[in-house]
Amino acid sequence: MPLIETSDGPMWRRRATKKQLLIWLGWLVGIAIATYAWQLISEKTIWFFVEDAPRQAADIGTRMIPPKWSYMNELWRPVWDTLNIATLGTVIALIIAIPVAFAAAKNTTPHPLVRAVALFIIVSSRSVNSLVWGLILVLIVGPGVLAGTIAIGLRSIGFCAKLLYEGIEEIDHTQVEAIEATGASRAQQMLYGIVPQVLPTFAGVGVFRWDINIRESTILGLVGAGGIGLELNGSINTLAWTQVSMILLVILVTVIISEWVSARVRGAII
Amino acid sequence: MSDTSAANPGSSGVGITYPAKWKKPPLITNPTLRWGLILGFAIYLALALGTMDVNWGRVWEGLPRGQRFIAAFFPPDFSDSRNVVWDGILESMWMAIIATVAGIALSVPVGLGAASNLAPKWVYLACRSIVAGSRTFPEVILAIFAVKLFGFGPFAGFIALSIGTIGFFAKLLAEDIENMSASQAEAIKATGASWFQWVNYAIQPQVMPRMIGLSVYRLDINFRESAVVGIVGGGGIGATLNTAFDRYEFDTAAAILLIIIGIVMVLEYASGYLRKWVQ
Repeated sequence: MPLIETSDGPMWRRRATKKQLLIWLGWLVGIAIATYAWQLISEKTIWFFVEDAPRQAADIGTRMIPPKWSYMNELWRPVWDTLNIATLGTVIALIIAIPVAFAAAKNTTPHPLVRAVALFIIVSSRSVNSLVWGLILVLIVGPGVLAGTIAIGLRSIGFCAKLLYEGIEEIDHTQVEAIEATGASRAQQMLYGIVPQVLPTFAGVGVFRWDINIRESTILGLVGAGGIGLELNGSINTLAWTQVSMILLVILVTVIISEWVSARVRGAII
Repeated sequence: MSDTSAANPGSSGVGITYPAKWKKPPLITNPTLRWGLILGFAIYLALALGTMDVNWGRVWEGLPRGQRFIAAFFPPDFSDSRNVVWDGILESMWMAIIATVAGIALSVPVGLGAASNLAPKWVYLACRSIVAGSRTFPEVILAIFAVKLFGFGPFAGFIALSIGTIGFFAKLLAEDIENMSASQAEAIKATGASWFQWVNYAIQPQVMPRMIGLSVYRLDINFRESAVVGIVGGGGIGATLNTAFDRYEFDTAAAILLIIIGIVMVLEYASGYLRKWVQ
């Protein structure tokens, strides 16, 4: 216990002197970096616009109310597209992620080199945002739902494969050994020893990612990759604020429903 | 392990017939539910694929472009002739740092208020709705509005990322406080500590290690997100990347993507290391 000697005897202190100084030094460095960063950002800011922001916010706010309810008739199709982008994207991702996960898990990988390649696939898929994937794919396959679906798929591979391979690494080995002791081949060990143990994880990860993908697919339209984001972009560009608020409302409801479904399904599986 | 057809319950004692072959038990035991789900999903898949209009002619035309894009990675153009890549990367970094700092500074009071064992009911509800509000919309949509309000540039991105950080950090902080050990808090309270002393000596030491790890993790997320808020005008590397794509400069775009992947890998490794070290 760090104590400090005073004229009235030892007193309790929270930290030893050296540690306290180190912590202060850490704060000093942190604050210096933050100040420097703030200065650079503030140099690039036009402060007139920032001062004007509250008035602008109030202005846009009043223009957004009430939402244009009749616009909903035109939104059913984009909502359906958004749902398809998320679901089909998740299906693509799972199909690719399963072999990648088996290649990346320490206990099932055929070779360390294969494992390195699989880990690289996982990292690069995770580091590139779905909007960036969308940007690339709109150039390649053209604007529309297909680009969005592939973008969501590519983006989700890393996430799914990472959680799956961690699940595979955490399985109970005694069961696999028991199967091995019956004289099963490697494929049979995989099918009867490993797969039944990780199947609930697979289903859980799929539903979890689907929920995230619903959110992500709502914005993919901003780069032209289909879905409700396309309508959002169009409405913002034409300053149709009542349509914008309607779309935001629809996104909100979709996200809440998908979160509820995902929570229920995962609750049922796990 | 379970056998698929249970022994006939009517004939007890002699004459129980066990199935001669073992079958793997399915994941969903209720057959109606299982086949219903499979059928439902098949119908959905058919509908979804049927209504998806794809312009295959355009896809075919685009394939050479895809090849060019992939070819641009071998080798990528790091030369940065217009001197924009490093500017963009640095802007993103500073934006991510300041947004993390501001976001965390704002989420500490919100997080304290959103912990049900700390705050009175009305504060709890107010703070929870702030958290829910900032979590609902993705950073990109927040960024669109920030750009509308504050003009183009990193300030709009900073605002969007800060708001996103509040939703993330305040929620986890509140959950951590709710899960802390109550006996330590009681012990401090029994010494006659004031509210601030109580928070400082009873709660903060319990939640601090996890919060440091989470803030590095959030810095990592903010850097990744800063690459996309630029696409809608929020400054940073995203703006540079968008320009590179618009100008069909695939080799520069490839270089930017590789730099982003590299930085994210370093940040992820660093945050993992730091979290281990703190705990």
